[in-house]
Amino acid sequence: MAKVLLIAEHDGENLNPNTAKCVACAASIPGAEIDVAVFAESGGDIAAAAASLESVSRVLSSEDPAYRGALAAVLAPQIVALAGSYDYVLGPSTTFGKDLMPRVAALLGVNQVSDIMSVKGERTFKRPIYAGSVIVTVEAPADTKVVGTVRAASYRAVGAGNSATVESLAMTADVPDHTRFIATESGKSDRPDLQSAARVVAGGRALGSAENFDLIYKLADKLDAGVGASRAAVDAGYVPNELQVGQTGRIIAPDLYIAIGISGAIQHVTGIKDAGTIVAINKDEEAPIFEIADVGLVGDLFKIVPELNDALD
Amino acid sequence: MEKILVGLKRVVDYNVRVRVKGDGSGVETEGVKMSINPFDEIALEEALRIKERGEANEIVVVSIGSGESQQQLRTGLAMGADRAILVETGEEPDPLSAARALLEIINRENPELVILGKQAIDNDNAQTGQMLATLWGRPQASFASKLEFSGDSVRVTREVDAGLDVIEVDLPAVITADLRLNEPRYVKLPDIMKAKKKPLDTIPWADLSLPASPAIAAVSFEPPAARERGIMVEDVAGLVGALKDKGLL
Repeated sequence: MAKVLLIAEHDGENLNPNTAKCVACAASIPGAEIDVAVFAESGGDIAAAAASLESVSRVLSSEDPAYRGALAAVLAPQIVALAGSYDYVLGPSTTFGKDLMPRVAALLGVNQVSDIMSVKGERTFKRPIYAGSVIVTVEAPADTKVVGTVRAASYRAVGAGNSATVESLAMTADVPDHTRFIATESGKSDRPDLQSAARVVAGGRALGSAENFDLIYKLADKLDAGVGASRAAVDAGYVPNELQVGQTGRIIAPDLYIAIGISGAIQHVTGIKDAGTIVAINKDEEAPIFEIADVGLVGDLFKIVPELNDALD
Repeated sequence: MEKILVGLKRVVDYNVRVRVKGDGSGVETEGVKMSINPFDEIALEEALRIKERGEANEIVVVSIGSGESQQQLRTGLAMGADRAILVETGEEPDPLSAARALLEIINRENPELVILGKQAIDNDNAQTGQMLATLWGRPQASFASKLEFSGDSVRVTREVDAGLDVIEVDLPAVITADLRLNEPRYVKLPDIMKAKKKPLDTIPWADLSLPASPAIAAVSFEPPAARERGIMVEDVAGLVGALKDKGLL
């Protein structure tokens, strides 16, 4: 048996949809028995959502005001105090998990397996390096706990027909006072969340300005899609960084991804290659994005996008 | 602040398209252009700006790697760092070992602030900064896009999936730099000449007397599964038709 502790991600109210994909990864470990840990100010609904996920044996819910803002320095010692009987401690490879899990690994004296995209054996995993240009098979050393982050885009979410037991968990480790959460300033919008949206419309440097990016927003709204961007568009200041898709941004796997004015550098492609259907619109027929696109259209985006918008009425 | 320590890793340049060796034993790095990890360059730029505002006195850059990493340290000195340290090793250390080595340097140098890149673009691990903060028993602020110092603490804006998080950490602390923290300066020729005279000390890895680390072994390397090239359409009508055919509209 392989005992897995999975750290749930949430925003204080709702369980992050990535968690169901991380459960799918954990369930692919031979002999996995999966517990999900929820650390929240008020975690009742989050724990209930986690308990509904198939393959989960047990949900451990720890509630304390100190968990506000999900600070790694606060959470990591709690996780380590809990980790004793587990063989695996996993979290999502999101900014939450990337911040937290190395701290857990360091406290446990191990390295972390980052961005697990496939489980090949008890201690053998595949993960992308060099912006996904290379896939490496790695093996964690014997007789140590495996700490890892899961590349959620590589997995399909497990179903939600389960009713695992929920146990409450006392806070055991000390809370450090050297790190204080101040605020989250989210660019909350009514659009579907980029990470979990079924459709994503993304723009690149060819948009030319922040104003022109309205074309992308309009098309996204028509398709009920999330909005993404290439690093070049973020670099140029057209959109905030939270829209960045690729090696140094989000890794996503929507059913439909429409790349507009994005050349398709490897650093971007690594963030979308698990998408169902990729559509590319670009004026340069030599753009590398066309090598991976399922449907390509060469032309001027300033003409095509409004036309497409009208055609969808 | 008296001193800021900045980590510089030598990596395959951002623009190089990396290939797997024919026998799957590794990645082809022979004759490939090498550079400072771009996020480390941002880390150094931030340290330099802090010093230029009069909020720090000395910037020390440190690299862990082969003797060739001196090139990247010299570039860091040309950008404006005061001093460089190379921890020389023939093997690429795992993140935990790198963090342990950096902690040894911290113990010798006593910086009030350590800034690293949020990840190196070769192994994409994104672990070392957080591990260093943990081993040091100090706070971390990862994925930083804005720093505001006041007294013995720093308010850090962090780039997170939900938008921006703002946290406050006491110094000393480890900060990891994200893309939008700043835009690094270009190195000027006179500065390259000046950098040749700045001190660069080499410490052999063995001198740090670090414990053996449970490294994660790389078993084999392969190119990613390729997506097949799809169809090209002539116009918007063709595009809408193709999407309808796939049941996406």
